[in-house]
Amino acid sequence: MQIGKSILTGALALAGGAVLAGQVFAANGLATGDTSTKRIAFSNSYAGNSFRQIMIKDFERMAQKAVDEGKIAGFTTVSANNNVTEQAGQIQNLILQGYDAIIVLAGSDTALNGAIKEACGAGITVVAFASGVTEPCVHTVDYNLDSYAKAELDFVQSKLGYGPANILEIRGMAGDGFDKRLHEGVVKAMAEHPNYKSVGEVYGQWTGTVAQKEVAGILPSLKKVDAVLTQGGDGYGAMQAFKAAGRDIPIIIMGNRQDELQAWKDQHIATGYETFSLGATPSVSQVAFWTAQQILAGKKVPDFVEVPLLEVHQADLDAWLKVVPEGGVLDADYDQKIVGQIIDANIAGTELPSVAAPN
Amino acid sequence: MSDKRFRLSHGTLQLLLSAGALLIMLGAIFHVQPNAMSYFGFTLLFKLSMPLVLAALAQMMLILLGDIDLSNGAFVGMVTCITAVWLDPSPGVAVIAYLAAIAAFVAMGWFTHARELPSIIVTLGASFIWLGIAITVLPSPGGTVPGWLTGFTGWRPPLLPMPIWVALIAAAVSQWFLMHTSFGTLLRATGGNARAVQKAGWSLSRLRIAIYAMAGGLMVASGVLLSGIITSGDPNVAPSYTLLTIGAVIVGGGAFVGGRVSPIGTVLGALTLSLAGSFLSFMHVPATWQIGAQGAILFLVLAGRVIVDRRKLA
Repeated sequence: MQIGKSILTGALALAGGAVLAGQVFAANGLATGDTSTKRIAFSNSYAGNSFRQIMIKDFERMAQKAVDEGKIAGFTTVSANNNVTEQAGQIQNLILQGYDAIIVLAGSDTALNGAIKEACGAGITVVAFASGVTEPCVHTVDYNLDSYAKAELDFVQSKLGYGPANILEIRGMAGDGFDKRLHEGVVKAMAEHPNYKSVGEVYGQWTGTVAQKEVAGILPSLKKVDAVLTQGGDGYGAMQAFKAAGRDIPIIIMGNRQDELQAWKDQHIATGYETFSLGATPSVSQVAFWTAQQILAGKKVPDFVEVPLLEVHQADLDAWLKVVPEGGVLDADYDQKIVGQIIDANIAGTELPSVAAPN
Repeated sequence: MSDKRFRLSHGTLQLLLSAGALLIMLGAIFHVQPNAMSYFGFTLLFKLSMPLVLAALAQMMLILLGDIDLSNGAFVGMVTCITAVWLDPSPGVAVIAYLAAIAAFVAMGWFTHARELPSIIVTLGASFIWLGIAITVLPSPGGTVPGWLTGFTGWRPPLLPMPIWVALIAAAVSQWFLMHTSFGTLLRATGGNARAVQKAGWSLSRLRIAIYAMAGGLMVASGVLLSGIITSGDPNVAPSYTLLTIGAVIVGGGAFVGGRVSPIGTVLGALTLSLAGSFLSFMHVPATWQIGAQGAILFLVLAGRVIVDRRKLA
């Protein structure tokens, strides 16, 4: 019972400290409050695919660097096996272990609310990322799929002007949440371009082979395609389908996969073909990490922090292609400085900073 | 006479085994994190074991019969959906839905025995039915639960933390009912030697219906508690319950042959298995190893049981 009381006092002291820090936050740039004694944990819902494995490694590499530089005292990663009750239990353990901040990749938008509320109640900073946790005490770090769709159409417009143009949309999987949100973004962005006509939609399941089959199936019914909107993983297959049918290759937006970037480069060498590639990166865990660190350091951070998508333009294609692993997805580190800029751009409502291409 | 005394000590030995595993893990956690040894710490460590304890007792009722319930997790998930959709706006509808769910579970049990089907097949099939109903009721995770329910699961009762009270009461009531009442003895006999019970003039179908109804009731209670803790409903919230509850019954001294279960052991088993995950994260076992390590703990406890069983035979 006495220990319980001392925890309570500790939590109160912590909350008091946070209030004090809040009064001296840096209005702009990085907050410099001392976080060298703070520890940050990563609660991950699932570790069983390569994207998540890279995401964990990205977090651990960046957190280790922060420890080495004396910016934080320690970190940990716990993964649940796609089981939300297990993840809720793990978050409760992290509270007991006295972590100062928890970044959460939630297996459910609602089922962790109880545990997250308990963490917030204990004075812990909770940053949810790449998931739509509904508990209001969290800060959310995520991509905006409306921006994804808008960036695709903005590039098409930069090449084709205001049209008229025929647009083919390759979607992900029927009934999937990511597919639904990205498609809604496409519908919104298409409304801005009245001369663009959507001539077809196929489901490519973010997989080259599936996309190739589906695009090959719809091509005979289409007269002319000027641009293909994609969701990532499907661009290479789409290009193969156009080639096999002997059709002119339209603008196919790529999704940062190695095969897509390579096909783009080959086509560029052969015909001067130009396109554009964008996508989410596993290193979004690093953005969540630094956001948590910045909150602990006293920076005022909005409830929603939009993360910029990683964009590849023609000029940087070769540089990116050198760093993307064979058969993998493009990834890039987010250091403390750029995350500070991302947060500031979110506060000011200005354009998000883009990740610079490697040298 | 001497035979009876030996059996008692054997049962006690098995209980000591689960209790020992639990205490070793708790001791290790307290060693790493002395803060956890508090009212607040116990509450957090065992909060999620509350619904698991009740679901494990439900599983125990079926294993008592010599059956096995592979739909346990899906059923609890379905109850969380019913709770999140109806309990707050229209409690009457929710209660009717709970009763209908129990009735459906009983009907499944009756069907299994009337047609002499293996329960492992029927319950596996039923798990998809419960999941289907859950998705129909609540297509995507969410919903709201009434304030009194979250208040109840977050309640800080006097003397002991809430999860400990729940475990103590569940263990005491089920142990008394199954081991010390004449009806409990009858139920155990139904699992152990159904023919003898039938010859004594009892209706087997009625006894089985009673057991399935109790299991259904326990799972409804489990699902309601779980939705109170997660403050929402989710069709896929508890798939792991199916295996965890079976593990809890077996770790706690039960056997698949029917008639041999221990309520106290089952409650201890549920606590042990739900603590295993926490134990590993307190020990800083890397995330990628945790799933395998959890299996290793289950394996160690079961290996201990086999040794105890051997000694009994010797």
